[in-house]
Amino acid sequence: MAYSDKVIDHYQNPRNVGSLDKQAKNVGTGIVGAPECGDVMKLQIQVDEKTGIVKDAKFKTFGCGSAIASSSLATEWLRGRSITEALAIKNIDIVEELALPPVKIHCSVLAEDAIKAAIADYQRKQNNGNGSK
Amino acid sequence: MKLPIYMDNHATTPLDPRVLAAMMPYFTDKFGNAASRNHSFGWEAEEAVENGRKQVADLIGATAKEIIFTSGATESDNIALKGAAEMYAEKGNHIITTAIEHKAILDSASWLEQRNIRVTYLPVGRDGLIDLEQLEQAMTDRTILVSVMAANNEIGTVQPIREIGALTRKRGILFHTDAVQAAGKIKLDVDDMNIDIMSLSAHKIYGPKGIGALYVRRKGPRVRLTPVVHGGGHERGMRSGTLNVPGIVGFGKACEICAKEMESENTRFRALRDRLKERIMSQLDEAYINGSMEHRLPNNLNISFAYVEGESLMMGLKDVALSSGSACTSASLEPSYVLKALGVGEELAHSSIRFGLGRFNTEEEVDYVAAKIVENVKRLRELSPLYEMAKEGVDVKSVNWARK
Repeated sequence: MAYSDKVIDHYQNPRNVGSLDKQAKNVGTGIVGAPECGDVMKLQIQVDEKTGIVKDAKFKTFGCGSAIASSSLATEWLRGRSITEALAIKNIDIVEELALPPVKIHCSVLAEDAIKAAIADYQRKQNNGNGSK
Repeated sequence: MKLPIYMDNHATTPLDPRVLAAMMPYFTDKFGNAASRNHSFGWEAEEAVENGRKQVADLIGATAKEIIFTSGATESDNIALKGAAEMYAEKGNHIITTAIEHKAILDSASWLEQRNIRVTYLPVGRDGLIDLEQLEQAMTDRTILVSVMAANNEIGTVQPIREIGALTRKRGILFHTDAVQAAGKIKLDVDDMNIDIMSLSAHKIYGPKGIGALYVRRKGPRVRLTPVVHGGGHERGMRSGTLNVPGIVGFGKACEICAKEMESENTRFRALRDRLKERIMSQLDEAYINGSMEHRLPNNLNISFAYVEGESLMMGLKDVALSSGSACTSASLEPSYVLKALGVGEELAHSSIRFGLGRFNTEEEVDYVAAKIVENVKRLRELSPLYEMAKEGVDVKSVNWARK
């Protein structure tokens, strides 16, 4: 199977690899997938609490080249977006951008799941911090 | 050194130039049909076929008449299982095989299971070997065939063929072995090892694709197999169809070369393989060898690199041809069933790489591949959330992963 140039580029030069402080209140962490399935993505966002804009996004991924590329691309897209805009990122956008073949669509689904999980984690922390629970 | 490097010699091998040279005339001047009995073109082709038959037989200690040519080992495996099940239906309906056989055996076995044949799949230990006591216990009065591969195509482990042959002979059960990977690399002798049926392939031993053989014992016992392909009664009626003369010539030549060079080639393989292993294992932690190192083909190495997914690793080695047990590289989207049978966890099966050294690999290539592996495993581990968790002291296995 041949990889698209964009997948190869993200694989060779992954953007925003790393970790943010998962304890920080303005950081949301999403870990999705499972090792025995061959894919685990960890995606983190750091949000400006005043503006609600994603200031930074980092990832680490265990998985095939397409999984790495999907999560790398997701961090690129997340930066500078509002939470609402971030939630609008759909797996099909990733499929199109990276020209993923059908067998790799699950990689994009996993990336969308990771975005949603990271945002949910951030929102949970914010709500807890406000003493609403 | 020329790139890309081919180190996937369990999948297929390049044609040896000596094999090609032997084949060439049979594509052009000597194009006859070996079944044409009335003219010199036919006689010439027949002579070439009989010479090839002898060369194949000599590699495994058989006689020429016991070699049936097929299109390849998949067909040979099909004839062995289906042919024996049909022919010996009156004697019994039980076949014993192993969980790590090639799909040609496993798929034939499951096809037979739908037709009232009972199949026992012997498990293997962590070393990739079957337990002889379990084999003996599995044998019943209804068992007609034991089919155990000589060497495994993923992990290269070599089964105790001689011991299995002794058990089957004692019980009067036929013994088939898929020797596709073992032939030309370990010494096989059908009489000494009490093998009754054996599958062979040319393209795994530097011969051409599209030609294989089935050894079928003629004496003590005389084995008979119901054909799968009908039409013309070629090959003692067991496999009809016009013979692939250039293929047979090439197959024979490939066998002759293997028989002559096996010993020196194995010494070379062992040195290269051990060098590859040493270079990788000394520079990486949490790299695990799959299967026994002691009972193993000299050209095989199979390693799982924890926290790194196999396909992504191969992507980093884009100028090296290897294979992986990762699901992402298989058509079935399941990780290697062979590694699973060994009890290697699924996460480590996804992380496995198979190295298959071949006749034309050099020390320089081995060093290049080892360095590339080390470099890419390190790089991908920096990208791996699992490696990060492990370094933080989290037991990755104990995490409650959200499975789909």
